[in-house]
Amino acid sequence: MFENLQERLSEAFKLLKGKGKITENNVREALRQVKMSLLSADVNYKVVKEFMDKVTSKALGEKVIKSVTPDQQFVKIVNDELIDLLGGKEHGLDLKSRPSIILMVGLQGSGKTTVAAKLAFWLKKKSGRNPLLVADDIYRPAAIEQLEILGKSIDVPVFVGDRKDSYKIAKEAVNFATMKGNDVVIVDTAGRLQIDEEMMKEVEKIADLTKPDEILMVLDSMAGQDVVNAAAEFDRRLTITGFVVTKLDGDSRGGVALSAKYVTGKSIKFVGVGEKLDQLDVFYPDRMASRILGMGDVVSLVEKVQENLDKKKMEEMEKRLRKAQFTFDDFQEQLKQVKKMGSLSSVLEMIPGVPKMKNIKVDEDQLVHVEAIINSMTKEERANPGIINFSRKKRIAAGSGRTLSEVSKLIKSYENMKKMIKQFGKLEKRGKLGKFPFQFK
Amino acid sequence: MAMLNFLKRGLKKTKDGFFGRAISMIKGGITAEKLEDIQELLLLSDVGPETSEYIIEKMRKEKGDPVEVLRNTLIDLLGIDERLKFSQIPPTVYTLVGVNGSGKTTTAGKLAWRFKRDGKRVILAAADTFRAAAIEQLKEWGKRAGVPVIAHQMGADVGAVAYDAVKHAISNGIDLVIIDTAGRLHTKDNLMRELEKIHKVISKLSSNQPTETLLVLDATIGQNAIQQARIFDKSVGLTGIVLTKLDGTAKGGMILSIKKELGIPVKLIGIGESVEDLRDFDTFKFVDALLE
Repeated sequence: MFENLQERLSEAFKLLKGKGKITENNVREALRQVKMSLLSADVNYKVVKEFMDKVTSKALGEKVIKSVTPDQQFVKIVNDELIDLLGGKEHGLDLKSRPSIILMVGLQGSGKTTVAAKLAFWLKKKSGRNPLLVADDIYRPAAIEQLEILGKSIDVPVFVGDRKDSYKIAKEAVNFATMKGNDVVIVDTAGRLQIDEEMMKEVEKIADLTKPDEILMVLDSMAGQDVVNAAAEFDRRLTITGFVVTKLDGDSRGGVALSAKYVTGKSIKFVGVGEKLDQLDVFYPDRMASRILGMGDVVSLVEKVQENLDKKKMEEMEKRLRKAQFTFDDFQEQLKQVKKMGSLSSVLEMIPGVPKMKNIKVDEDQLVHVEAIINSMTKEERANPGIINFSRKKRIAAGSGRTLSEVSKLIKSYENMKKMIKQFGKLEKRGKLGKFPFQFK
Repeated sequence: MAMLNFLKRGLKKTKDGFFGRAISMIKGGITAEKLEDIQELLLLSDVGPETSEYIIEKMRKEKGDPVEVLRNTLIDLLGIDERLKFSQIPPTVYTLVGVNGSGKTTTAGKLAWRFKRDGKRVILAAADTFRAAAIEQLKEWGKRAGVPVIAHQMGADVGAVAYDAVKHAISNGIDLVIIDTAGRLHTKDNLMRELEKIHKVISKLSSNQPTETLLVLDATIGQNAIQQARIFDKSVGLTGIVLTKLDGTAKGGMILSIKKELGIPVKLIGIGESVEDLRDFDTFKFVDALLE
């Protein structure tokens, strides 16, 4: 874990180093990096191009705030623009008619059926509504059974009808709801490709018959370049009212959210964050922006760090770091400071370069173990780790309830970290690194 | 390599026929602007920033007809077509793995239909006991293909389903067992371990099994596919990819990066919703479509 962390941090240090004055050149390089990052996030190429043109013209006019590097400022501007674009206007559901009708549409496998059930559960729990689910996907084998099972598990009735005629099912369902007093009807339709003329006509007709209050298109967050074409076509034919982005519990960057919003102007209303039926969230533009950009918000990191860290202690620590007198006491102190800021992963997410790295997993449990081990050291051992011999290790292991090899590993990590810090110090003296990144004035 | 050269020769013949857009772009020599257009085309096909840059770099550096360079680069990246393997000692076992909604159950059904048609004795195993009605869905496919389905109830232990299916195949002279597993995001460690367990159970019954572990990938997804392939490969060792939903307008260009980085070939493509809409992957045709 620590080897990884060191790697990530040194990467972040590189990005954080000061660059002095803003030049067209260093913005151009940052711009290239942002572009690459957006493309890796599967934001549609044409959207990236247009969006970045706009942002760049804005960024070039702006002055760099003191104590922030041009890179940081640029990333911040991009981030703000992304939030702006993703946010804005209405995000809630507009359910005026009684019964209100919600139509779920989208490509195959995007998660319509699951979202339909999640939405029913959400409306029931959060808004006290009395929903009816309608199984109107008559094509995919067992799609109806799937919705029936899901409905049962959240105690929401599912209208099935004659299983063959999707128009009849939709129409009868609305009458059924009126009769039974269901005040919101969620219609699950079949997945379809936007180029499948026959199927697109089918969903148009269903929309015509039911006059939905909301037509929500479900988008898989893993979607690639082409899905924005599907979104545009669904919107052209159905005039959708918003999107639900699914499978965000994975590690996809979700660029499709940006592309879809950019091209159609329609809001993202919900996100799916797990397989359980209560794992539906309202949409937060800021979270999505940072996920898509994948570069973190340097400025907010600095702000957050400044807010939370004890300035004096950090200055002292920095001095010690520079002299490479880093002891386990400092280690412990650092852990405490980090914990104050929230989970380590949430802090790491804010460091540019980190979220981009693949496979990063911060085991928060391990941090607790590390703390336990350090707590089991004597004062002397913490200040002077060199004296920790085998018998001391054994005692520490017993005291912390961890294994001997874990203790040894931690001490090894500590030595590596010390070495690394020494190298940083040297580089800095030679002026290769610029300012130490976490410096507080 | 001989095979590859054959393919390249084959491509030469179609020089003016296929590859409409890309080829007309670079005819008459390349310029920086034209290269940018090619890169745009590649990026819009989900080839991804790194691999498309690699391709453009090749075009910039290598001498000769730029059309040839582009084609050959793509063909070299994809390599020789590879087919599904059969176990010398029956039964042959295929497991289908992938994230949610990629098309595993549909692919299982189509595969069963195909090999049943070819005269093999096939069974399907419903090892997705998690998703509501996944078992019913597979049973419906079993009906269409005329193939029995080994299934337990929802929520059952998937290792036990796999065990029963392979055991049944061994004692009844079944040629092919196709195991449909639950969709799982590769980021969920516990679910990945469940998959590993299925494989352990199978290999205990019959060594060198499963014969094929196929990752089912939706062609409409983007760069996350590479990470999926990486993690699934690490966990259960992939032997190939089934690229589904290629009947839409998505090109599936991310398979270039997967082959380049991980060496995993695409073996099958899904091009529609009916039973016969599953084809062997053809590098030649894929490259055509990519550059169309």
